Amino acid sequence: MSTRFVFEGGRVVDPATGADDVRDVIVADGVIAGSDAVEGAERIDARGLVIAPGLVDLHTHLREPGEEHKETVATGTRAAAIGGYTAVAAMANTQPVADNAAVIQAVRDLAGTAGLCEVHPVGAITNGLEGEQLAEMGEMVEAGVRVFSDDGRAIPTARLLRNALRYVKAFGDDVVLAEHAEDPSLVEGGHMHEGVVSAALGLGGRPAEAEEIVVARDLALARATGGRLHLCHLSSGRSVELVRRAKSEGIRVTAEVTPHHLTFTDDDLQTYDANLKMNPPLRSGEDRDALRDGLADGTIDVVATDHAPHAIEEKEAEFDRASPGTIGLETALGVIMTELVHPGLLPLSRALDVLSTIPARILGATDQGGPIEPGRPANLVVFDPEHEWVVEAPFASKGRNSAFLGRRLRGRVSYTVYRGALVVAEGKPTR
Amino acid sequence: MNEHLLSMHDLSATDVTRILDTAESFREVGTRVIKKVPALRGRTVVNFFLENSTRTRISFELAAKRLSADVINFSAGGSSVAKGESLKDTALTLQAMGADAIVIRHSSSGSPLQLTRWVDAHVLNAGDGTHEHPTQGLLDLYTMREKLGRLEGLRVGIVGDVQHSRVARSLSFGLVKMGAEVTLVGPPTLIPPEAPIWGVQVSYDIEGVLPKLDVCYVLRVQRERQRLEYFPSVREYARLFGITRDRVALMPEGGLIMHPGPMNRGVEIDSDVADLPRSVIEEQVTNGIAVRMALLFLLLGGGKGEAP
Repeated sequence: MSTRFVFEGGRVVDPATGADDVRDVIVADGVIAGSDAVEGAERIDARGLVIAPGLVDLHTHLREPGEEHKETVATGTRAAAIGGYTAVAAMANTQPVADNAAVIQAVRDLAGTAGLCEVHPVGAITNGLEGEQLAEMGEMVEAGVRVFSDDGRAIPTARLLRNALRYVKAFGDDVVLAEHAEDPSLVEGGHMHEGVVSAALGLGGRPAEAEEIVVARDLALARATGGRLHLCHLSSGRSVELVRRAKSEGIRVTAEVTPHHLTFTDDDLQTYDANLKMNPPLRSGEDRDALRDGLADGTIDVVATDHAPHAIEEKEAEFDRASPGTIGLETALGVIMTELVHPGLLPLSRALDVLSTIPARILGATDQGGPIEPGRPANLVVFDPEHEWVVEAPFASKGRNSAFLGRRLRGRVSYTVYRGALVVAEGKPTR
Repeated sequence: MNEHLLSMHDLSATDVTRILDTAESFREVGTRVIKKVPALRGRTVVNFFLENSTRTRISFELAAKRLSADVINFSAGGSSVAKGESLKDTALTLQAMGADAIVIRHSSSGSPLQLTRWVDAHVLNAGDGTHEHPTQGLLDLYTMREKLGRLEGLRVGIVGDVQHSRVARSLSFGLVKMGAEVTLVGPPTLIPPEAPIWGVQVSYDIEGVLPKLDVCYVLRVQRERQRLEYFPSVREYARLFGITRDRVALMPEGGLIMHPGPMNRGVEIDSDVADLPRSVIEEQVTNGIAVRMALLFLLLGGGKGEAP
């Protein structure tokens, strides 16, 4: 594989600088190079393609260690590369839980061996994700952790979260606590959004207020402590409104939304399709529209996949027994292009900002998110915005539980460049 | 008719009338000395019951046997399911054994629909979680039509834990489809706030509703709901919503009392009410067999043969 290549005539969209123009991008020896490096470079025709900073996912479940039957770091990062991602944040709910530096280092080593994208392990806020005792976050910060989360469940008491937000201030201003906002007492026994559809289907509900209550609580605590809060996978329109107001008041909060919450509604669950079972659940059409508006107006900062692979038998089960979640790394860009960019709801540059530049900043991934300028590490996605394809197995991920199975998408990754190497070329992994 | 019977929601008013009319012709079979017709000879019906149920299983078993089908009873206890086999694998096993129809009872809402994706057999929902129990709803409609001569315009109150009742869902959907007026009555914690979208009324005042009812349909109230904070005590439930003799006196003459069973006497219904002549709870059971015969016949016989 050539270490020196040039994408010729691509449309460079670089949210970090605001640039959007047609030009050549030269990659040499791991970095973006100036025009003097073009000699001897492999030429790749990029006419009609978009060249952007590699995508960055703030919310990925790689499952390793402990649940290698669902996914491994190797298969998950391969899925990431195919989806155009050059960095992912790996959630802490592994077995053992990533609540200490040893597990963090083990995940990072596995990622290094795979060599397909950066993996930034997320540390647990509490030991074993049990919501009782703070994990040794200081040790994990020293091991390079920047984001902490008990994702899968909310921090159960306001007191514990208040202490966590205050405690991490010892490690600088940029440590982020990422919260899964669902009140446990209101979602117990629930399997989908509570509303007209759940009432008719006879499925226990997870009401929108379960999220709004925790969002409101957390925002109050972020205000009081000055701590840095990130809200994972918002699903309710009223949550968006709470975040909008909090931001106008200067509270240090960021928020993410998933491609599936931007696409589906609870009405899509009429068929009891377990691939559409999520926590938080897919909500009403008004909620989905409010999420789209919040993403467009900057209230929501990031699109994150919540890539959640499961074994076939964990999804091919009775709806109330099926595991929640969908895979998402391989479809996120196509979904955002199809659902938001092509219909004119989100400008392309904003889409790439929320898929790459902003999550890179939150994650403290300095090699990621652009700018695409000489001397910068070459982490790029090159995609065909018009390529139409149908989502179907097999996936690079071990999971086949995609909510988007059978859907036609417009927009697909052609090349992924990670540290100056083509890890995906013409839509296929090279290694 | 569809290929399966999954929910009342799926049926048209025409389907319902056809099922009830067919049941009518089968009811007579149950009064014969030899209670059997050869309609489904050589066909195999599997009663696949993953949740405890005596009356529904026996009713389906009798219905299939009276149609001369071969009947296999497969229940959760002691089966491969208890050993951890998945629903899909068990279903494929039943399929491989040549089941023509699978009657499924399951604690998970939606499992009959899922079953149809894995097997070729006709699937009949015998109660799925808190979703639907369409054969119960149909036998209730049959009983009302038989006793009161019509469904259109009937005023029916459904009293109790609607939220967790598959019977209430099937019956409400069926009654609204057939032009009846339905009022759901119970503590607000046990009535889905979204229920008015089904085309029903909601009331929390049983004594205000009873004088306007042709049928008072009483749901079983599970004591465990008290533990989950839906109401303070069984005693208070009975005081506010229990169907007592005094309350029955508020109903118009000829109004019916119905209950899907099994009853909690003294909780949702008083003993002396259950035994009143206007209570048709045993007729519901008898009619259940005829309705299930009609359904098996229509689904398996393709509706081509003539009912007796």
